[in-house]
Amino acid sequence: MAYSDKVIDHYSNPKNVGTLDKSKNNVGTGLVGAPECGDVMRLQIEVDEVSGLISDAKFKTFGCGSAIASSSLATEWLKGKSVEEALAIDNMDIVEELNLPPVKIHCSVLAEDAIKAAINDYRVKNGLAELVTEEKSH
Amino acid sequence: MDPRVLEAMLPYFVEKFGNAASRNHSFGWVAEEAVDYAREQVAKLINADPKEIIFTSGATESDNLALKGVYEMYASKGNHIITCTTEHKAVLDSCKHIEKIGGQVTYLQVQPDGLIDLKELEAAITDKTILISIMYGNNEIGVIQPIKEISQIARKHGVLFFTDATQAVGKVPVDVMADGIDLMAFSGHKMYGPKGVGALYVRRKNPRVKVTSQMDGGGHERGMRSGTLNVPGIVGFGKAAELCMQEMESEAKRLSTMRDRLETELMKLEEAYVNGNTDHRLPHTTNISFKYVEGEGLMMGFNKNIALSSGSACTSASLEPSYVLKALGLGDDLAHSSLRFGLGRFTTDEQIDFTIKAVTDTVLKLREMSPLWEMFKEGVDINAIEWAHH
Repeated sequence: MAYSDKVIDHYSNPKNVGTLDKSKNNVGTGLVGAPECGDVMRLQIEVDEVSGLISDAKFKTFGCGSAIASSSLATEWLKGKSVEEALAIDNMDIVEELNLPPVKIHCSVLAEDAIKAAINDYRVKNGLAELVTEEKSH
Repeated sequence: MDPRVLEAMLPYFVEKFGNAASRNHSFGWVAEEAVDYAREQVAKLINADPKEIIFTSGATESDNLALKGVYEMYASKGNHIITCTTEHKAVLDSCKHIEKIGGQVTYLQVQPDGLIDLKELEAAITDKTILISIMYGNNEIGVIQPIKEISQIARKHGVLFFTDATQAVGKVPVDVMADGIDLMAFSGHKMYGPKGVGALYVRRKNPRVKVTSQMDGGGHERGMRSGTLNVPGIVGFGKAAELCMQEMESEAKRLSTMRDRLETELMKLEEAYVNGNTDHRLPHTTNISFKYVEGEGLMMGFNKNIALSSGSACTSASLEPSYVLKALGLGDDLAHSSLRFGLGRFTTDEQIDFTIKAVTDTVLKLREMSPLWEMFKEGVDINAIEWAHH
């Protein structure tokens, strides 16, 4: 199976690889997937307390090229968005942008889960209720 | 494919187009002669009689014919077959088919190094056992099973012994007489011959073995495999066998030297593990797990230039990692982190250098990107984390 140029580009030059200080109150961390399934994504957001916008986003991913590309793309999209706007990112947007084939759709689902998990972590840390989202099939 | 093989095949497409089964004109005789010659070349490579070679479309068909053919032919003697969990899918799926139609199959577990336990094998034999099917060299990890010892056990109990030797024939000396093999599957393209042609060796003496045809028709190949022979393919298969015969000894040394260098260099990486027994294995393969990086992601770092396969079958619709590696007792995480390296006649030292560098660089780069590597480095127990299984 050939990878799309965009997947190859994110894989070769991933954006925003790294780690934010998870002990900080304005940092939300989402860790999703499992080593046994061959995909683990950790996605982090840092929220600017004045503007309420996501000022930084970082990821680390154990997985195939599509999983790496999905998380790299997600961090790019997150930066500059409000938390509410970030919640609207749908896995199918990632599928479309990266031209993911059907067998790789689960990578995009994982990225969406990681975004939601990071936002929830941020919300809980800041005294907000955890959001319940519907399960997408992986 | 070796260009010398192609050269041998070319005349048999257009110029010498006869059907080897047409006995009443010279075109047919020419084809028949060519097939006879190829049969001799193939037989010689494995120390068999040419009459013991049944040409097929490849090792998958040979596996099917051996297992189903023996099961049908020896139904009055019993219905039990013994095999092992790391066999090729063509063997495992044929066994599943046999179970569906009333047969009994024992799937032996392998030891952590990939070898079967001979005591377990012997203990599994019952008065209903008709066949032991254990592969020669494994396609994923290259481990070579103790073939002579297995055949002696089979002989002692009056059970037939079949081996899928697709990976071994042409790479290491395979001798059906010395090894005590009753039936053996192998194919052309794994020894630099063409795709779409293979053979089943069926012993004719001590004991005389028969299989029930799985392809009925004109009674070709001593009635065991009907169908017009693929003359150019068979000619190529014969030539490939001849070349292996001449070059195997020096080639095996060359390949194992390169393989060992590749392995030694890659094992310099932290948290890298060779899978399977390293004393009993094919000269041209190695299978290594690089912990905390995922195999498919790893391959993407160099798949433009190097053809490798990953123990992680993420590329297929299933997300299951290699069943062979899991049979060795590897956790799913390590099985997902493995690469299988196969060297061949056209592999050069420069390619090995390139591979060492490309794999090393990619592993290091992906580990920098891996949350699991970060946790490992920070001393976090990854197994203690409650992962959400999806």
